[in-house]
Amino acid sequence: MLHHLLWRFGFGPRTKSWTAWSALPQEVWWPKLRDESLAAPQHFDVADNAVKGLLMGVGELGKMERRELDKEQRKALRKQSKEDLQNLNLLWLEEMTHTKAQLREKMALFWHGHFASRNINILYQQQLLAVIREQALGNFGDLLRGVSKSAAMISFLNNQQNKKQHPNENFAREVMELFTLGRGNYTENDIKEAARAFTGWNHRLDGEFVFRKWDHDTGNKTIFGKTGAFGGDEVLDMLLEKRETAWFIARKLYRFLVNEQHIPEDRIRWLGDRFYDSGYKIMRILEDIARSDWFYAPENRGCLIKSPVALWVGIRRTLPMELADPESQLMLQKALGQILFYPPNVAGWAGGKNWIDSSSLMLRLRIPQLIYLNQELDVQGKADDDQQMGQTGRGINRRLTADIDWKPAMDMFSQVPEQDLMEKIGGFLWSVRTKNLPKSVVEAHTQHQTKADRIQSTIIQLMATPEYQVC
Amino acid sequence: MLRRDFLKSGSLATAALWMPGFLKSLETPGAVSVNGRKLVIIQLSGGNDGLNTIIPVRNDIYYKERPRLGIKREQALSLTDEAGIHPALSGLKSLWDDGSMAILNSVGYPNPDRSHFRSMDIWHSGSPADAYWQTGWLGRYLDAHCAGRPAAALELDDTLSLALKGENTKGLAFQDVKRLYESTRSAYFADYVAAGPKSPNDEKPVDYLYKTMAETLSSADYLFEQSKKQPTQAAYPPTGLGRDLKTIASLILADTNTSVYYASLGSFDTHINQDGQQKRLFEELNGAMAAFAADMKANGKWQEVLVVTFSEFGRRVAQNASGGTDHGTANNMMLLGGGLKQEGLLNPMPDLVDLEEGDVKFVVDFRQVYATLLQRWLEADAQKILNTSFQPLLFV
Repeated sequence: MLHHLLWRFGFGPRTKSWTAWSALPQEVWWPKLRDESLAAPQHFDVADNAVKGLLMGVGELGKMERRELDKEQRKALRKQSKEDLQNLNLLWLEEMTHTKAQLREKMALFWHGHFASRNINILYQQQLLAVIREQALGNFGDLLRGVSKSAAMISFLNNQQNKKQHPNENFAREVMELFTLGRGNYTENDIKEAARAFTGWNHRLDGEFVFRKWDHDTGNKTIFGKTGAFGGDEVLDMLLEKRETAWFIARKLYRFLVNEQHIPEDRIRWLGDRFYDSGYKIMRILEDIARSDWFYAPENRGCLIKSPVALWVGIRRTLPMELADPESQLMLQKALGQILFYPPNVAGWAGGKNWIDSSSLMLRLRIPQLIYLNQELDVQGKADDDQQMGQTGRGINRRLTADIDWKPAMDMFSQVPEQDLMEKIGGFLWSVRTKNLPKSVVEAHTQHQTKADRIQSTIIQLMATPEYQVC
Repeated sequence: MLRRDFLKSGSLATAALWMPGFLKSLETPGAVSVNGRKLVIIQLSGGNDGLNTIIPVRNDIYYKERPRLGIKREQALSLTDEAGIHPALSGLKSLWDDGSMAILNSVGYPNPDRSHFRSMDIWHSGSPADAYWQTGWLGRYLDAHCAGRPAAALELDDTLSLALKGENTKGLAFQDVKRLYESTRSAYFADYVAAGPKSPNDEKPVDYLYKTMAETLSSADYLFEQSKKQPTQAAYPPTGLGRDLKTIASLILADTNTSVYYASLGSFDTHINQDGQQKRLFEELNGAMAAFAADMKANGKWQEVLVVTFSEFGRRVAQNASGGTDHGTANNMMLLGGGLKQEGLLNPMPDLVDLEEGDVKFVVDFRQVYATLLQRWLEADAQKILNTSFQPLLFV
């Protein structure tokens, strides 16, 4: 049960703190998890000074608004950004692994997929991530407004090109289809008219939002049957006024946190309505889910396929380790199909069974053994022409070499009698029941020289299973 | 049960537990393959410059817009009076001469996207430009026609492309059959699956994982055996694509139950110094393709094989200032095989007068090409797979 809560609202239990957690009565699990995420996050800043110099300039602000980079500067920016983005990726993984604010980072990962943006500009990406982490547990309206005014989203959805004379509908369409209402709750005409309302929404080179009034269409627009000289803020308000938005978010959260196959409509209505009535307090809906009985119902346990990031961070929380080559984690994300900051498109990662094909599954199964046996990660992801600009070539294979700190695991299991060991380890690692655990098979493939060998190799083997892929 | 008993149970036995029809389906060649035909897709990643591939040698606008990059008529290998092919593609020119090649010009889609990733996503999923589909066009073919038939679609790469991902059935990706076999060879995995639940229920994610695992192990065994059965004796160039087509050839010669093979070559993203880079890649394509076609012909398989090339977009008509070209839109596709019903230029060369923002306008929707491949080559239900009805073309 505790296991279920920690995997769904976080990245799984940390071996070291498991004993302390499990000594607590169930009614304090959720408040503890929640309270550990209440403090404001520390923002990440990995953007190189050269990048900031290019984008933020040193002159007065007025000049910056229209400043543009020349070709060489753009090239330098792209190169440095790519490197910095990798650092941002790795830094965020560290935070997910080590922070007590598990709820915040898990929800930030959810919003990172919901407000998916591919943008090679490191400054804009870290600004967007800051908005998301800041509001991950805050107010959905504020989050929506912050994201909509971020340079990363404005440029990803082409709103700089959305001008009075030539409206570009991309932003208006995605904000309705993917961020708020979902398909079927608006008309093509609503999109056309909303696009006019968003004309003039732009950003400066340094990422600050700017409203360019000369690009803005000040005429009347008719959206959802209402007519007025609406601007972008008013359209966002109109989207939030619709209950469909609350239901849409409730359904998506339910799929992420509870169950992606069986989604009772009345439950979504109940969650969505309460979310709506709270004025879109994200904590309200999380709390409603976490405190419900159905959250812990057997049909909702062990039924989600872990995303590659959740799987990997979870492994690191179970087995604290020092990675010799942290960048190998980038290769791993690529080969498993989820690279932070590179969602497949604006709809985000599809999730569920989409994570799984023959090669991704075999790699997932082999990860624990690759680390334990210090083997080469002999798998490479596909080239990305948006990033590499034609300069591709096959990279080198990396190793997931890591120094595993086995002490927490040994503390936990060294007193367990041998005949109960596998059951205990399985119970700790798996979200599904260990009733069908094929003990003799695992037994035949573990080491028995010492108790430590036995414990360690059992942990590795039980992680290298289909059961460990779900939570 | 003793350990040695487990070790005796190979992965194929494992598969038998999970998929009762599996072994049987593999033992009767042709029984599950629709019609023995193979579709080989070669993805030219990065946006190949189609105008310097099939060159409009009579078009003044082409030479005017490309004073430095344009390939002169006397350098191009002549195909027709108005079209030539890149000088590095002499092997393709020979296939043209013997009636094994067709070219479809100006293939694209409405509201083209010029980002590599997004446009590739559209080509892979077969979606309209304003929709986000989570499965690929070949993946949906697998769902519709190849359920329970592992190894129906293979990709020569470490990771699987969206194009080959169906909702429930997916292609299998590997670089090298032997390595695939070795990576799945762990006795632990085989034993573990064999001891797994016996009543697979696709609904439950864990069972779905067991099923995928069992299929992977069995397919790896099967493909490894197939690759040793009748390995091709022909010489292939020692390049990436050369190796990939050699692997494909060996599997085809062994009558493997695979309908779709997928390989990639790149990067064709030639913003700078296009000449050298495109030439180098074309040499790789040419060498590999010439060897493959010769091999298939020598073994009487060329009639059953259709090779199709595509790229996520073509490039701007005008050259840029760095000796390259920028992202464009519509592009040509090459079709190669002994079973073509139409050969040569299937439609007019691109119109370089009526452009959209400097790019070629699309005339043929790429999904119409997919519909043709699905319906007329693989005998599949194209409308169901593409979710729209497209009039098939007549080249196969």
